[in-house]
Amino acid sequence: MSNVAIDLTGVTKLFGNKLVVDGLSFTVASGECFGLLGPNGAGKSTIARMLLGMTRPDAGDITVLGLPVPARSRLARKGIGVVPQFDNLDLEFTVRENLLVFGRYFGMSTREINAVIPRLLEFARLESKADSRVGLLSGGMKRRLTLARALINDPQLLVMDEPTTGLDPHARHLIWERLRFLLASGKTIILTSHFMEEAERLCDRLCVLERGRKIAEGSPHALIDEYIGCNVIEIFGGNPQELISLIRPYVQRVEVSGETLFCYAPEPEDVRIQLRGRAGLRILERPPSLEDVFLRLTGREMEK
Amino acid sequence: MGERFAAALPANAWNWMAVWRRNHLAWKKVAFASMLGTLADPMIYLFGLGTGLGLLVGRIEGASYIAFLAAGMVATSAMTASTFETIYAVFGRMRDQGTWEAILHTQLTLGDIVLGELTWAATKAFLAGTTIAIVAAALGYAAWTSVLYVLPVVALTGFAFASLAMLVIALAPSYHYFIFYQTLVITPMLFLSGAVFPVGQLPGVFQQIAAFSPLANSIELIRPVMLGRLGDNVGLHIGALCMFAVLPFFLSAGLFHRRLMR
Repeated sequence: MSNVAIDLTGVTKLFGNKLVVDGLSFTVASGECFGLLGPNGAGKSTIARMLLGMTRPDAGDITVLGLPVPARSRLARKGIGVVPQFDNLDLEFTVRENLLVFGRYFGMSTREINAVIPRLLEFARLESKADSRVGLLSGGMKRRLTLARALINDPQLLVMDEPTTGLDPHARHLIWERLRFLLASGKTIILTSHFMEEAERLCDRLCVLERGRKIAEGSPHALIDEYIGCNVIEIFGGNPQELISLIRPYVQRVEVSGETLFCYAPEPEDVRIQLRGRAGLRILERPPSLEDVFLRLTGREMEK
Repeated sequence: MGERFAAALPANAWNWMAVWRRNHLAWKKVAFASMLGTLADPMIYLFGLGTGLGLLVGRIEGASYIAFLAAGMVATSAMTASTFETIYAVFGRMRDQGTWEAILHTQLTLGDIVLGELTWAATKAFLAGTTIAIVAAALGYAAWTSVLYVLPVVALTGFAFASLAMLVIALAPSYHYFIFYQTLVITPMLFLSGAVFPVGQLPGVFQQIAAFSPLANSIELIRPVMLGRLGDNVGLHIGALCMFAVLPFFLSAGLFHRRLMR
């Protein structure tokens, strides 16, 4: 097996006249966690579908697990586990039955499936729910079952479309912990997210998309260093325009988002001195995060 | 180009069974209610029309009206069972429940899924038609041996109507469109195909239309046997039913590919 799990070269997809994916290229190495980040409508889900052979690119080449896709996508899918954006479990079935039915789609015998079910239940922390109907599970449990289901064929590669969207923080942290366990056991993961904390915690490398184009690629830390590189001061309260003129000489960049000012300041103390004595301001200084990179690249006022 | 056909066609001769078994597992949980729902309608027709109208009609084609009707209801129950399974349950799995989407993430193709769904709908049709035939035989309206002959025809009828309904759901944007298929195709077919009265009663042009109806072809195979006669043009009727089973299958698989794999 080569050490390249996914390779995209010049992939383009149009829906009607709308360019959804625009000349996209990237490579994911085996054992890596690769993130596709972008605002809604950036083309993330379309790319995930193309990797599975469910959407055909209009131009470019896709190779998944050494196989050309979509030409040989059926064979490629034997080695892929999918966590879709929206759970599509069989609600009238129990947890165990969901795994059984799904294993059969991969041509596994009932005996083979029953042999792996205990391990999957343990992995998903659903041992006590094995015979509960899925319709009665919480959102976090359903998500964990979807993840366990994606592992039934012991895939080398996991394709996850927004794996933790809609989950509460506790459920989300449990999923992240489980994904890190999978990465430690050698699986390759490609995930889409608009959740920066998720990408920063999990991804070895990621690629930021906007309107189907790659606008940045690298490891989270490299991207943070490259695009921000200094602490961020958030200033809340007061008149943003007045404050900007006051502090502009002391910061690299300053941006307004709603009522908050984001200052990228190599010397934060200089900024603080300027603001000293002003009542009603809340000032927060913190290290830069991937979210700052994302918002810098895609614009703070994007989703208006 | 070739791979598009490959994605729309069954990958092999057994993948579909996983889909069939999924539906069977779901059905087992509600088998009693499901059977009752499927059988109530043809039974009510059989005994309601058979005994009530039967008194007025007297004998038809040398048999009592209820025996005449029983053969029609065997075919009709297969038609409705596989039609309703497909237009409601399969449509839900295809569009709303994400069942097909989940399966398409595995090594199955769209063709495997469509074949599995078809076979399942035909199985339900087979159960319904067989039950009506057994009831008819138990009540003495048909010979027991004729039931054995009727079984494969009932299964084929189920396939044909599941396949036609698959074409309908491949094209329909929502559930609201199925009423057209029901009221403009399925219900008229009941009256054009000799299920409740002989086709010979229809005006000439309708008789010619009836010859193309899958239900009429099915009844032409079932009724003579259940009434203890030899049927005419057996090969022709079987051929027609096979055509209705096979052509819409390929066409619908292609349409689903266009709809789901954009």
